[in-house]
Amino acid sequence: MLELQNISYTVGDKRILRDVNLRIEDRFVAITGPNGSGKSTLAKLVTGILTPTEGRILMDGVDITDWSVTERARSGVSFAFQQPVRFKGITVKDLISLAAGKNTNISEACNYLSEVGLCAKDYINREVNASLSGGELKRIEIAMINARGTKLSVFDEPEAGIDLWSFNNLIKVFENMYERTRGTIMIISHQERILNIADKIVVLANGAVAEYDTKERVFPKLMDVQAGCRYTKNA
Amino acid sequence: MDKIQQLLLQEVAGIHQIPEGAYSLRINGNLYGKNSSEHIQIVKKEDKPGIDIYVQPGTKNESLHIPVILSQSGLKELVYNDFHIGEDCDVTIVAGCGIHNGGTETSEHSGIHSFYLSKNAKVKYIEKHYGQGDGSGKNVMNPHTHAELGENSYMEMETAQIKGVDSTKRKTTAILSKNATLIVKEKVMTHGEQFAETEFEVELLGENSGTHVISRSVARDRSSQKFISRVKGDAKCSGHTECDAIIMDDATVIAVPEIMAVHPDASLIHEAAIGKIAGEQLVKLMTLGLTEKEAEEEIVNGFLR
Repeated sequence: MLELQNISYTVGDKRILRDVNLRIEDRFVAITGPNGSGKSTLAKLVTGILTPTEGRILMDGVDITDWSVTERARSGVSFAFQQPVRFKGITVKDLISLAAGKNTNISEACNYLSEVGLCAKDYINREVNASLSGGELKRIEIAMINARGTKLSVFDEPEAGIDLWSFNNLIKVFENMYERTRGTIMIISHQERILNIADKIVVLANGAVAEYDTKERVFPKLMDVQAGCRYTKNA
Repeated sequence: MDKIQQLLLQEVAGIHQIPEGAYSLRINGNLYGKNSSEHIQIVKKEDKPGIDIYVQPGTKNESLHIPVILSQSGLKELVYNDFHIGEDCDVTIVAGCGIHNGGTETSEHSGIHSFYLSKNAKVKYIEKHYGQGDGSGKNVMNPHTHAELGENSYMEMETAQIKGVDSTKRKTTAILSKNATLIVKEKVMTHGEQFAETEFEVELLGENSGTHVISRSVARDRSSQKFISRVKGDAKCSGHTECDAIIMDDATVIAVPEIMAVHPDASLIHEAAIGKIAGEQLVKLMTLGLTEKEAEEEIVNGFLR
């Protein structure tokens, strides 16, 4: 269980997040909201990449606010980046092995890769460099989270860049992941089909929680949460 | 051979003992042993230290090992090795130098290697440099490789210097005839106060000749590196030189690429990049459970693989 207590995050005089309070107990929680509403910042605070200016973060009742990225990763937090990182010389197999915490063999790696629609034979020894497309990198990113199998998996817009691969498969990945880890999956997304499988939806707007409820209750209100600008709003 | 010498041999040539086939093994300034094979003759030079290697035309899938081991502190040597590669050959040559310096004096090995590739010959040349020892004496290596590539020949040169060499000045020169190709892959890592300079000078003389010179290096602590590459295109040719360096701590890296075209159809490219490890790469690996230090090692090892 993840709990955010009075979380604020400020850069200079700009408040990115203000007084966010969330108790995340469900298996699928989607976070949505307009661009610039603070979704990615929230994910980085949960995974330890950023430290909140105010407030505490608790996991299973333990205060992890001051824990490093590594400590959080080791205690069961995974994070799929919105923009996957490229490396020189490091292969897909290396990353899957690091994610799994052991040297994975071909058949294990094959399982993780085929689940995200990649043929292990073609990818296992490829370098995770600029020769891979954005969509391929996204899938490898998801395969890594799968290989980790932790109690909390955070995805920042996993569907972006995955074109030909159907959402059904992506959703299947999340379902299988849940079955295996029995953990919480937190997904930042704008996609209705992803929001649809969520047990709860968090709507962020202007750095604050505008809604946090079941999709049946949140969906009708989604249209009202537009960042817009005050001129168009008034018009 | 003692234990230290065996370990050095393993580091530079990937072998535990005397290799099979053609070899020449030099230990502490003397020829320890050599063996010619049916198609590869090794002849000791009479006028200066070193050997002449003759690979008969048509020799395929054979290898030659010529490692050099120095375990006696303070030894300095200059060795000349000439490789005469016959037409239509396809051979792998494993060279390399390992120094163990347990004393206070400077140990130095400088190998002057000259390659003469005949028409259609193919050579893969692997050279590793490695140093160790707890003495205060320096390990110095100043190799010079010269290659003349005949028509339609191909040479791939892989050099690595990852550990323990205090000072090195490497010079590689090459002249390419028609349709010849030279690929150079260099890997360098320097620590402490080490200094490494590598200089490449490739002349693309023949029509449709081509070269790729790729250097990847990591400079740590207070070490310094200098990379110089000059590619000259005298004909319709293609040349590409690339220097990619990771700089860490208080190290210094200089990259001096130079390309010169004296023919309108010469196509030459140089790329040089120096930078520290990208923060996002470290963070990604830390989200997989690695510490910052472990992430750094993983990134450096991958980069120099």
